[in-house]
Amino acid sequence: LAPWIPVVGLEIHAQISSNSKLFSGSQVQFAAPPNSLVSFFDASLPGTLPVLNRRCVEAAVMTGLALNCSINKKSLFDRKHYFYADLPAGYQITQQRVPIAVNGSLSYTLCIDNKMSQMVTKTVRIKQIQLEQDSGKSLHDDSRCQTLVDLNRAGVGLMEVVMEPDMCCGEEAAAAVRELQLILQTLGSSQAVMAEGQLRVDANVSVHHPGEPYGVRTEVKNINSIRFLAKAVDYEIRRQIEELENGGTILNETRAFDSKLGCTVPMRDKEGKQDYRFMPEPNLPPLILYDAKSLPANMNHQQVINIDWIHERLPDLPSVKREKLVEQYGILPEHSFTLLNEDGLAEFFESVVKQTQMKPKKVIGWILNDLLSYLKQHSLTVKESPVSSFLLADLLNLLEKKEISSTVAKRVLAELWKGEGKTPLEIVKEQKLELLQDQKELEQICQAVIDGQENEVIMMVLG
Amino acid sequence: AALNDALRSQVSAALKEGRVTPTELCQRCLALIKSTKFLNAYITVAEETALKQAEESEERYKRGQPLGILDGIPVAVKDNFNTAGIETTCASNMLKGYISPYNATVVQKLLDHGAVLLGKTNLDEFAMGSGSTDGVFGPVRNPWSYSKQYKEKCVPKSHSEEEESDWVITGGSSGGSAAAVSSFTCFAALGSDTGGSTRNPAAHCGVVGLKPTYGLISRHGLIPLVNSMDVPGILTRCVDDAAVLLGSLAGHDPKDSTTIQDDFKPFELPNLTDVSKLSIGIPKEYNAPGLSSEILALWSKAADLFKNAGAKVVEVSLPHTRHSIVCYHVLCTAEVASNMARFDGLEYGHRSDTKDSTESMYAATRREGFNDVVRGRILSGNYFLLKQNYEKYFVKAQKVRRLIANDFVKVFRSGVDVLLTPTTLSDAAPYTEFIQEDNRTRSAQDDILTQAANMAGLPAINVPTALSERGLPVGLQFIGRSFQEKQLLTVAKWFEKQVQFPVMQLEEVRRHDSGVFQHQKSASFS
Repeated sequence: LAPWIPVVGLEIHAQISSNSKLFSGSQVQFAAPPNSLVSFFDASLPGTLPVLNRRCVEAAVMTGLALNCSINKKSLFDRKHYFYADLPAGYQITQQRVPIAVNGSLSYTLCIDNKMSQMVTKTVRIKQIQLEQDSGKSLHDDSRCQTLVDLNRAGVGLMEVVMEPDMCCGEEAAAAVRELQLILQTLGSSQAVMAEGQLRVDANVSVHHPGEPYGVRTEVKNINSIRFLAKAVDYEIRRQIEELENGGTILNETRAFDSKLGCTVPMRDKEGKQDYRFMPEPNLPPLILYDAKSLPANMNHQQVINIDWIHERLPDLPSVKREKLVEQYGILPEHSFTLLNEDGLAEFFESVVKQTQMKPKKVIGWILNDLLSYLKQHSLTVKESPVSSFLLADLLNLLEKKEISSTVAKRVLAELWKGEGKTPLEIVKEQKLELLQDQKELEQICQAVIDGQENEVIMMVLG
Repeated sequence: AALNDALRSQVSAALKEGRVTPTELCQRCLALIKSTKFLNAYITVAEETALKQAEESEERYKRGQPLGILDGIPVAVKDNFNTAGIETTCASNMLKGYISPYNATVVQKLLDHGAVLLGKTNLDEFAMGSGSTDGVFGPVRNPWSYSKQYKEKCVPKSHSEEEESDWVITGGSSGGSAAAVSSFTCFAALGSDTGGSTRNPAAHCGVVGLKPTYGLISRHGLIPLVNSMDVPGILTRCVDDAAVLLGSLAGHDPKDSTTIQDDFKPFELPNLTDVSKLSIGIPKEYNAPGLSSEILALWSKAADLFKNAGAKVVEVSLPHTRHSIVCYHVLCTAEVASNMARFDGLEYGHRSDTKDSTESMYAATRREGFNDVVRGRILSGNYFLLKQNYEKYFVKAQKVRRLIANDFVKVFRSGVDVLLTPTTLSDAAPYTEFIQEDNRTRSAQDDILTQAANMAGLPAINVPTALSERGLPVGLQFIGRSFQEKQLLTVAKWFEKQVQFPVMQLEEVRRHDSGVFQHQKSASFS
């Protein structure tokens, strides 16, 4: 059987973290009462016009720079037309002709065979980043044959990040998206929480034999977590291979991932190809961005966006942070990977290191093996940890000063976990877990043990 | 003060001096609106709010603190501008009963200057048309149909025929606004101009119709026809008044990203006496097929007027003029298809009772809400925007548009200050004759002389020039350079003074004005 090469590309919509929407002043807020965050423009009242939100443009520029893109100094807005209840104007304002950023790349790390010690870095090309409006939400009430429309989300700014089909499996797709998520959160351009719909991923999947052209691709939607992304992609790859090996064909269709069944199913809505009748958005002039060289001298600073200025102020990206952690603390790359992978864990680690004499190389073990496993077991985030960095540092200091053994330390940690408000020292004293330092006392104890076990001692001496 | 007074020079002075109060003025206008109801110029008369505004204005005058020249001046607004609390219908079933929650920027500016909003004027549905005959509230009648001047010239009919059937159209699509100003029910009105919709009815109704440069006046709140060509239009009885209105409306609006950022300084028009430094261009392509010999002669006479006064008058060429109608048709319908997509019956406006499915509700709502003209343009526009047609039609039309705009750039660069052209092909047609052809045909015919200025975004103005053989107004058009409204209006004002266009003698006004008809000759300043 000839081998199959799976090809996976991704279209990711990240909600921009901003106070107001992309083209109107209404607020952006998750889970507000329905239709409470809708301006006249969002409701498409006739005669209203879009006004571009500066913060959204900055977020897109930041993201483009972080993804090594070329920022287009001139980009354009277009209308994409279709009728749907959650699209009040009957069109979405997007960037189809010339998006704000193009030709970037994203590096991500994979663990081979689940062994943290074997990590490999891969790259996926970023085709483009475009600014566009989010749609509202519609809820179908089949029992009453009606659709309930909530326009709170209509008009919220989105960055659509298009990743070229450089990935080959669910794991790669998941790792790439995870890295993108971390980058967005570091930049602050998007909170990128998938559960709150701030990061939505659609996967494009196809398979082909080596040397042959790419196969027909399907689009997989309705993926609600990174875990499901990996599952959905892998399922779809297997489905396509099976279909083709049985002599079938792949339809260029849109499929939804059913998380309960763990499979993809055709989506009923997208019958027939839609012609979106793209047209330039006449109410928005071309978006012009400047850099230090092209910035005119007399330009009002408030009216322009300077790409170089934004570039200078970019925070350290996750990859840089990881390197710094390795360099600064002498931990392993896979350690820093895990530190950054858990929200708040790197900060926790650094905080502990500051408060203890124990070497970072040793601290990391406690963080990753003990603390993290406790958190995972109880499905807690670092923020929710009943053991603060202060307490853990305190405990590690006792260990470092040899006042307790490492076995005892683990016991004390288990106690601390209960969150009863006791300090490590209090627990140690209560349960009399101190290491004995006094030589004479130790001799007495040993003698007492030996005295109490006469027969065993004779046996031992005799060999 | 008389209702036919010029705003700037006469009415404002009268208000300031207390010779007439804002309330009196408002009441007189409202009464005249009632007695000229047969014109069908107004869709909504906002009597209560207008009187309230007049009272407030009166208070300000009493305190000696009027907000400016426009304080207390009754105005009317075309019914495609959003007015908070007052119905905005666009003369369409789709928006019947629609009460907007906000004011268009231009409406707000008028109110901020103390103007008294009498009501919303009639138009072609969604501003699509050149006759103001295709709205759901019926056609607008040109007040000149009832003027002494027209009736005198009318061929006597047999007794069996209704006098009514002789009435002529206002032109469109801002016919209601033009009729309102023309019949003295207000001193100024807002129209809109996408292909000539302010200048065309201005010419037929014998009033000044100004199309400002695109980007000078905010479109926020103007329900769009073609976003890249629409402008709010100004209709007044003299050029000075147009300058006053312009001064209160122009300027950057952060709510409209297509308005220019530059500061706008309102200006007073100088009284030009020496035109020897002026260069007037006569574009030969505007001698268009169908241009009446009467208007051609008038145009020629006007050119001579400038020449004899010492101005340089040159023939120029705008070679791509003949392509503008087709080009306009493609771009206009494409934008219409897009702009009308929001009318789905869900958020506001008409919603059909159909409950079968969302799609059927959309279809029924739009079929019931839009007239044939609107639906025809939507279908055409969607056709041109299809992926397979986009390059061939839309992009091609954009390129032709660029060529048309460049024609003007070249001509103005060659030293011409202002262009002089006819505004319409003939004087106003009788309604019964006008409706013999469909809206599309009429629009294609009538827009030819006005439409290119919208393509190029240039300012243009109709100045009433003379009466035709039938006793109806004929106007001529001046087209100026981008953002050079001051120069354009200065030339227009000079011309206005030269031609001394006669005041309409309308029975109704005479009755209401109780004989205070001071100016028999012209409505311009003394």
